[in-house]
Amino acid sequence: MAIADLANPARFLAFADRTIPWLGGVAVIAFAFGINQAMLAPDDYQQGATVKIMFLHVPGAWLGMLGWGVMTVAALGTLVWRHPLADVTAKATAPIGAAFTLMCLVTGSLWGRPTWGTYWVWDARLTSVLLLFLLYLGVIAVWRTVEDPSRAARAAAILTLVGAIDLPIIKFSVEWWNTLHQPASVMRMGGSTIDKSILIPLFIMTVAFTLTFATLVLAAMRNEILRRRVRTLRLIQASAAS
Amino acid sequence: MKPLAAILFRDMRIAVRVGGGALMGVLFFVVVVTLVPFALGPDLALLKRVGPAILWLAALLASLLALDRLFAADHDDGSLDLILMGRAPLEIVVATKGVAHWLSTGLPLVIAAPLIGLSLNLDGPAAAALVLTLLVGTPALTFIGLIGAAIAVTLRRGGLLLAVLVLPLCVPVLIFGVAAANAAVGGPIPFGTPFTILCALTLASLVVGPFAAAAALRQEME
Amino acid sequence: MRLSATDLACRRGGRDVFAGVNFSVASGESLAIRGRNGAGKSSLLRMVVGLVRVASGRLSLEGGDPELTIGEQAHYLGHLDALKPSLSVAENLQFWSAFFGADNAGLNEPLRAVGLDALADLPAAYLSAGQRRRLSIARLLAVKRSLWLLDEPTSTLDAAAQVRLAEIMQAHLAGGGIILAATHGALGLDDTRELRLADTPPPSFVEEDQGGREQQET
Repeated sequence: MAIADLANPARFLAFADRTIPWLGGVAVIAFAFGINQAMLAPDDYQQGATVKIMFLHVPGAWLGMLGWGVMTVAALGTLVWRHPLADVTAKATAPIGAAFTLMCLVTGSLWGRPTWGTYWVWDARLTSVLLLFLLYLGVIAVWRTVEDPSRAARAAAILTLVGAIDLPIIKFSVEWWNTLHQPASVMRMGGSTIDKSILIPLFIMTVAFTLTFATLVLAAMRNEILRRRVRTLRLIQASAAS
Repeated sequence: MKPLAAILFRDMRIAVRVGGGALMGVLFFVVVVTLVPFALGPDLALLKRVGPAILWLAALLASLLALDRLFAADHDDGSLDLILMGRAPLEIVVATKGVAHWLSTGLPLVIAAPLIGLSLNLDGPAAAALVLTLLVGTPALTFIGLIGAAIAVTLRRGGLLLAVLVLPLCVPVLIFGVAAANAAVGGPIPFGTPFTILCALTLASLVVGPFAAAAALRQEME
Repeated sequence: MRLSATDLACRRGGRDVFAGVNFSVASGESLAIRGRNGAGKSSLLRMVVGLVRVASGRLSLEGGDPELTIGEQAHYLGHLDALKPSLSVAENLQFWSAFFGADNAGLNEPLRAVGLDALADLPAAYLSAGQRRRLSIARLLAVKRSLWLLDEPTSTLDAAAQVRLAEIMQAHLAGGGIILAATHGALGLDDTRELRLADTPPPSFVEEDQGGREQQET
């Protein structure tokens, strides 16, 4: 544990302390605006108001995938550059990404019940997102089970890189396989197929959720750095007290 | 009572703090259930029919997971020696450890089962029956597992021997558990028949398990 | 109270470890068990507390509780420390104290006596080997039992901790306790008798050195 190890995280802590409050504040404002717009948006002619679950479901899906993307970059940071903050980022992002993936699965399930008549179906997109969720839980299990933080980081990093293959599968699953889930309608070549009155609230809610995601990740990283400090202090305390 | 409460709280504290705790068993349970549609195909009607059986099998395997460290951990760090020198009868201590194992492994499975059952297209009555059979049956799985865990305590690769010993003994519980879960949703047999037999099996295991396990532990120590 | 052994023999793994062992220890007395590695010092201690079966011979405790076995009235400090790394120092001690039926309120004193009171909330995983040993010794103080069977109690302890252990053992003897300790080195006690387990396997004889002062080895 050299001074150099603390310097970078210490600068990060200062950065986090400054950034988290106003990032969170902007997220709250975005939510206020987004929820307002979502309420004003028209109901679907077939699904009624149920279609508005989309404003939770789509951001959940996007952030679940973004979370794994962040973890993948962090994994490269751990394995290739051994950057000290990479471990912390990976560990902090995992539960948050998992939570958003779970939100996507649950809202999708609740949306599916009135729309398709079932809570769950084993089609390509739902299954690949469920696999993503299980992969998240697996990475979290690795973090919690391996005692030494740097060994845990390397093990989790390898698992993250291998699991990253699931991301393109999720994205293209609705095209490669015949699925119950609707095909891509937002990010498409040739422009979106959704009407602007729904698209704009969706966009705002996505931004709001993403800001929340960023705030949560920064806060979790700060917690993790503090947790590691406590651990170091305990080790020092134990060896000094002899 | 105080020594038993001490064992119960210690085992549960360790289960929660170490290695993901209860959630690891539930995670394994979810993963195993997720594998089934890949093997069987996504036909929802088929999954609904085999759902209770799949969930029971997964619960059995997940229960098995935490068993092999149950006595081995205490044996390896010398705690078992001291437990044998305590004034509480070994049978009761073993039963208490069984209770702690069920609370930290079996009970979370019972709670997670209806949710996971949704993915296999189980509806309300089926899920409720399944939960009831698991609630009554998982203690039997734990207490039968105590016997295998005690026999395998000194072995290095004890986990496999444990599984080989315990799984055959658990077959009656599996049979009547699945029969009861299926009987609740239809069929010629009333729910009560297999269910009461399941209850009887559990009650028997609550007695036989600790006695057999304590005897096995004493043999190991000599 | 008197602990007596008559013609004790031990078999482990099909081979005879020792035979014909005799000793007698009364309240306030201590016995150091010596012998080369493999002579059966640990087995003898474990036999007294009931963890190893008596192959032949007799063990008896006069003046103890007739309802309890010898092991249920004894403390055993073996090579392993019986500590859970995920529990804190205090939690580990609380567990054994509650398990053996002692009063949980008086745990500060034992921790202070072994010098671990400052680390009470530290997870046991962070302790060094010597600190873990000292925590095990704290268990002997937290739960009152007259008979102490100690297997290499001074191993992993530094000089200061060994002195503290000697004080603890002396206090136990002064209170009427009995100590049997398997050890290679010095225990730091006055008037310890010696039991030497013979080098060659049985049939053999063992010598009991009565009333002599223990050799102080450096």
